[in-house]
Amino acid sequence: MTNDFEPIIVGFLCNWCSYEGADAAGRARQCYPSNLRVIRVMCSGRVDPQFVFQAFKQGADGVLILGCHPGDCHYKDGNRQALKRYTLIKSMLDAFGIEQDRLRLDWISAAEQEKFVQVVSEMTERVRQLGPLMPRANPLKKLDSNRSTRIENDMRFLQRKHKKISTKARKIESTK
Amino acid sequence: MAHKPKIALYWCSSCGGCEESVVDLAEDILAVAEAAEIVFWPVALDAKYDDVARLDDGAITATLINGAIRLDEHVSMARLLRKKSRLLFAHGSCAHLGGVVGLGNFFTNEEILNRVYCDVPTVNNPDRVLPRPETRQGTTVLKLTGLHDMVRSLHQVVDVDYTIPGCPPPPALVKEAVMMVLEDRLPPKGSIVADTRALCYTCPRKETRPEMLEVPSFKRVYEIEWDPEQCFLNQGVVCMGPVTRGGCMAQCIQANMPCRGCFGPVDNVRDQGAKSASLLASLMESTDEEQLKKIVETIPDPGGLFYRYSLASSIMKGRVRRRP
Ligand code: SF4
Ligand code: SF4
Repeated sequence: MTNDFEPIIVGFLCNWCSYEGADAAGRARQCYPSNLRVIRVMCSGRVDPQFVFQAFKQGADGVLILGCHPGDCHYKDGNRQALKRYTLIKSMLDAFGIEQDRLRLDWISAAEQEKFVQVVSEMTERVRQLGPLMPRANPLKKLDSNRSTRIENDMRFLQRKHKKISTKARKIESTK
Repeated sequence: MAHKPKIALYWCSSCGGCEESVVDLAEDILAVAEAAEIVFWPVALDAKYDDVARLDDGAITATLINGAIRLDEHVSMARLLRKKSRLLFAHGSCAHLGGVVGLGNFFTNEEILNRVYCDVPTVNNPDRVLPRPETRQGTTVLKLTGLHDMVRSLHQVVDVDYTIPGCPPPPALVKEAVMMVLEDRLPPKGSIVADTRALCYTCPRKETRPEMLEVPSFKRVYEIEWDPEQCFLNQGVVCMGPVTRGGCMAQCIQANMPCRGCFGPVDNVRDQGAKSASLLASLMESTDEEQLKKIVETIPDPGGLFYRYSLASSIMKGRVRRRP
């Protein structure tokens, strides 16, 4: 499948390693896909599973979580927490119909600019192949279209009938 | 007599358990019937939709709606009752969060209809006849109310004043909600008639829950002989107490079963399932990816477990739409 679909990748980058790595790539004028939207977090361990789903819901076609290498966490073991969550979130994606490859966790140190470029490029290509993600529509929007329903119709019918009967009754009354 | 407050009860996509929570008020229901007039309750009283439509707007003091919203009929009834009632209560997990029926959002309507009307082993339907919105026979047209492409909570369809959580809510909470109205001591709009904190705070086993906890694998209750005094998590059994709103008087725990989360998320949590995942992730005793995968495998159907009551009101709302 060749396509010109440009996926949106939301990346949660930890402040101390991965964000620095991205910065280093920028300073070295390295090229990487512009599909990545970076959100800086203090630690990959800050990435709540709610963030991941919120990103998918708001239009991300893929989500990337980047943190320091295990052992290098600024907060000792935040990235290990991230790894635990990541494994569990992955196991939930199937039920939502989200392909596992749309979520990726990787370790990127402040010096690994090449790896940063490589991970972002790979991720973008993979998600491009998978195509756009379409979450369920916002609940209220759809309902507001004026669907006249059976009951509303029935009710209108009954009310008309009541009116008719009472006018008829009044007429009979007045002719008496 | 003339000024008795009016109460109405209605069910949408419901299993009937919530109606049972009203019936379980037992003698107390007589006190309610004494103090208030029940104007509409299809399960127990003979009244027609039309009777409701003819009431003045705001004529009903309080209406309790249970069950989720998945048919056009549910929407029109919810809207009608909203118009006619001064206060509207979401009654039970289905109205509150989408509930167990909300798990239908993990599937398409096509899958659900085929399963229910054709593929269930006890169903014999060789022609694969499915309910349709319209059936023509000669000049007659028979119509069925429309089935939505997803299950919704009551909050997603109409403005709700208060919520009674639970699947079903304990009768004591239902009574409390009704008494709140009758005695005119209403909490701020939007309140949930339960605790604001997690179940663990009121759990009789909380003393046995260690400060730091890590488990090498998760167990299902039938796999072990579990200690009826000890915190479930401490025994490796998944318990949703830490991420579930309290107020149920720990009934399941007291019956020696772990919490499954029917009271919904605590304040400030947007997505109960995601928070449950966060909880269990933090308990997994390993830092090795392969080992972690093995631990995760000991949780069958994580999506269904974490979102058992709240899928329809979660961030994702359900399975993503397939591309054509
Ligand atoms: S909340 Fe539970 S008891 Fe009430 S209708 Fe839904 S499934 Fe049944
Ligand atoms: S985790 Fe479950 S068993 Fe343990 S204290 Fe909390 S509610 Fe009680």
